[in-house]
Amino acid sequence: MTRWLGWLAALALVAGLLMGFGYAPKDAVQGNVQRIMYIHVPSILTAYLAFALVLVGSLGFLFSRRTAWDRLAHAAGEIGVIFTGLTLVSGSIWGKPTWGTWWTWDARLTSTAILFLIYVGYLLLRSMVEDREQGARYAAVVGLVGAVNIPIVHFSVLWWRTLHQPPTLLTPERATISPSIASALLVNWVAFTLLFAYFLSKRLSLRRLEEELHA
Amino acid sequence: MTRKAKFLLGGGMILAALAYLIYSGVSQSMVFFVTPSELQAQPVPGKAYRLGGMVVPGSLRWQPGSLDLSFTLSDGKASVPVRHKGTPPDLFAEGRGAVVEGTWTREGYFKSSLILAKHSEEYKAPHGDEAQAGYRELLKTLKDQAADGKR
Repeated sequence: MTRWLGWLAALALVAGLLMGFGYAPKDAVQGNVQRIMYIHVPSILTAYLAFALVLVGSLGFLFSRRTAWDRLAHAAGEIGVIFTGLTLVSGSIWGKPTWGTWWTWDARLTSTAILFLIYVGYLLLRSMVEDREQGARYAAVVGLVGAVNIPIVHFSVLWWRTLHQPPTLLTPERATISPSIASALLVNWVAFTLLFAYFLSKRLSLRRLEEELHA
Repeated sequence: MTRKAKFLLGGGMILAALAYLIYSGVSQSMVFFVTPSELQAQPVPGKAYRLGGMVVPGSLRWQPGSLDLSFTLSDGKASVPVRHKGTPPDLFAEGRGAVVEGTWTREGYFKSSLILAKHSEEYKAPHGDEAQAGYRELLKTLKDQAADGKR
C-alpha cells in the first residue's frame, strides 16, 4: 500500500513538473517567476490538510485515549511543519523578484510564521515530556488550540489589509486564473496530496516500530 | 536540570515568542499600509508610514542618471506625491498597485525608502499567446537572457 502510494506520488509529481514548466504559459505580468506558485500553493494546502489531521487526531486521543489517534496527530504534525517551511521558503524566493523584498510583516506572512512556530513548538513539547502518555496529552491540547490558526492564515488576506494578494483558490469570489494555469496548479495539488499520504503512511509505520521498541 | 524545569523553560520560550509575534502582528500588521486618504486626513511629518495605492498613469518620472524616481500614489479619492532614490522592483509600473515605506515630509511629499510592488490575484497568459505552450515560453526567456548576457 505504502509502496503504491510512493510510486503514484512520484508519477504525479513528474506530471506536475511537466504541467508547470511545459504546459502552462508564463504569467502575463510576472513572467516565469509565477511558476513558483506550483510549489508554493500546493505546499500550504497540504500543510492545512496535515494540521487538520493533527486536530482530528488530537480530538480522537483526548476522547478515547487510544494510541492510534496520537500516532496520526504526531505523524501529520511533523509533515505539516515540513510543508509550512516549504511554503515560507518558496514564498520568500517568489517575494524578492515580485514584491521587491524577501520578507515583510503583513498579516498573511506573520500568521504563516506563527503557524510554523506553533507546530514546531508542538513537536518540541512531544520530545521534551519523557512520559509518552503525558506528552501525548499535552500535545493534543496544543494540536487542538493550534488549529485555530489555520483559518486565520487562509482568510488573513480577506480580513486585513495585506501586501499578499487574496486567494485564487478556495475563495468565495470568482476565480481569476487562466484554465491552463489552474489545471497545472490542480495537478500539482493532487501530487502534493499524494506525497503527503505517502509520507504519512511511512511515518505511521515508523511510529509503530518506535512504540514496539519502547514497549 | 529536572525534567519539569526543562519543560517549563522550553514552554516559556515558545509562549514568549508567540506572544511577541502576536503582539507585533496585531499592532503593525492588521493594517499593513495606510491609504492616501488616510494619510492626507492627518499627516504627521517625520513619522514612519507604509503608504499603499495605485501608481497614477502619467505621473512616473525616472532619472536613470541620478536614480531619482517620483510618482503619485492614489486611492481614487486622494493622491500623494512620492519621491524615491533607487531602482524599483520589476513589477512596479504605472496603473499598478504599490506600497512604499518612508516618511511624510514638511515639504508636502512622501519620502520613500523602500518600494514594494503589490500583486493582484490574477494569473493569465501574455495577451494573445494563450496558445503558445509553456516550454516554448520558457525556452524563449532563457534564450533571450543568454543573449543579454553575451552583449
